[in-house]
Amino acid sequence: MRAIVTVTGKDRKGIIAEVCSFLAQQNCNILDINQTVMQEFFTMTMLIDTAECIVPFDELSSILSENGRRSALSIRVQREDIFNAMYEI
Amino acid sequence: MLDINKIFGTIDMIDRRHLDVRTITLGISLLDCADADINVCADKIKRKIESKAGRLVEVGKAIETEFGIPIINKRISVTPISMVAAACSSDDYPVLARALDEAAANCGVNFIGGYSALVQKGLTDSDIRLIRSIPEALASTKLVCSSVNVASTRSGINMDAVAMLGETVCETARLTAGDSGMGCAKLVVFANAVEDNPFMAGAFHGPGEPECEINVGVSGPGVVCHAVEEAGDCNFDDLAEIIKKTAFRVTRVGQVVAQEASRRLGVPFGIVDLSLAPTPAKGDSVARILEAMGLETCGTHGTTAALALLNDAVKKGGVMASSHVGGLSGAFIPVSEDEGMIAAADSGELNIDKLEAMTCVCSVGLDMIAVPGDTPASTVSAIIADEAAIGVINNKTTAVRIIPAVGHEVGSRLEFGGLLGSAPVMPVHDCSSERFIARGGRIPAPLHSLKN
Repeated sequence: MRAIVTVTGKDRKGIIAEVCSFLAQQNCNILDINQTVMQEFFTMTMLIDTAECIVPFDELSSILSENGRRSALSIRVQREDIFNAMYEI
Repeated sequence: MLDINKIFGTIDMIDRRHLDVRTITLGISLLDCADADINVCADKIKRKIESKAGRLVEVGKAIETEFGIPIINKRISVTPISMVAAACSSDDYPVLARALDEAAANCGVNFIGGYSALVQKGLTDSDIRLIRSIPEALASTKLVCSSVNVASTRSGINMDAVAMLGETVCETARLTAGDSGMGCAKLVVFANAVEDNPFMAGAFHGPGEPECEINVGVSGPGVVCHAVEEAGDCNFDDLAEIIKKTAFRVTRVGQVVAQEASRRLGVPFGIVDLSLAPTPAKGDSVARILEAMGLETCGTHGTTAALALLNDAVKKGGVMASSHVGGLSGAFIPVSEDEGMIAAADSGELNIDKLEAMTCVCSVGLDMIAVPGDTPASTVSAIIADEAAIGVINNKTTAVRIIPAVGHEVGSRLEFGGLLGSAPVMPVHDCSSERFIARGGRIPAPLHSLKN
């Protein structure tokens, strides 16, 4: 399954490395990354493949959210379909 | 990958603009549960509902997590009970209401609809038994919703049923007076009722529907309101386009969720109901959309035109986003469930007469309106008749969900809590409609030509 990970928080060094390592620990493959900083605010979207993820989707969602909370980041993961449906005819 | 702004735009709609799927409703046919013994019939009903809907809540929650879209309600609709119970030798229909209530509680859903009868042309013995039992059924259950269709464009208005329903509404208010007349919040009187409506309290699984199906109701007044506010003082051509595009996106969410629920439950997908359903939360109001269009208060002159544009644009935008559209599709104007409507009613700008005019151009009708507790049953019937006439003549669904507030007068307020909100008690006309309602019989079906 393909999913979109969104990450927001105050910008600092190492955010991308941390989030990538969270995803690697769960065996998720990163397909694409889009990242920017707006007025010291870090925002990133990642397209990932969860086909070989070692935990079910709901657990992945709570792990990312909990890890994010500890790192002062908001991290959420949602299936890609919902975004495509809303913006593509 | 999609543009980062579009992705965060969606997340903003969910987090700050109340974008959600309002309901996933599983329709279940109970026609095979008929039995001469009412207790056996009740057992069959319970078993069937629990076997078909046992996984509904669990599947709904899983979809919610995966898509990151809140699904506010998981509900069940069933075949009108007057049909299922027609074979029963007993007239103790509340037994069946309690069976529905238990089954719904065991499945973890928050409402079950279908304690209903379709009597637009006439009443069967079973319909009469069901309507007479509605006050007790609603007073003795928590989750059961009831509806009666009293009129249709093809059959006219069954005024005998309209007279009965006025009494039924008042009796239900009396029996549930200790609970703010909550029974009346679960009772809808329809004209041109639809068979695949996923929204409560009027949902039932019509006799023309399959064994089981998934119907989904979308929402999103907050998303539309934000889009209208962002549009500034553009002209109506541009405004309609903006609402259409927003409605398309909102409906797409419903379509994706409906298809996924259908796949996981192994139940056919029925329809997406393209509705703007408000909640009492700030920022989730249909009235505020009308005000964002340029009206000082909802209810002032221009409100009907604004609502007509909104309702039409929502349908036009939504219809292309879904493979099957149905239900009540349109903007809902339930007074107690809409923060802006409550404020407009409190200010005196919004009254029942204006609400009646608004129902000519939107879905569905006079909805969640509290009136003084001493309102005569004949006046309630006359309000139902007026609303039915609008539906019958204009070939649309209309409905009345009205709560006589026992012990309350104009200016006080009924508190329901949760999504049902709070209803300011609104004035009705004092002059009597009693002789009119006492006539009985049927108002004939209208002519379908010479439209003026």
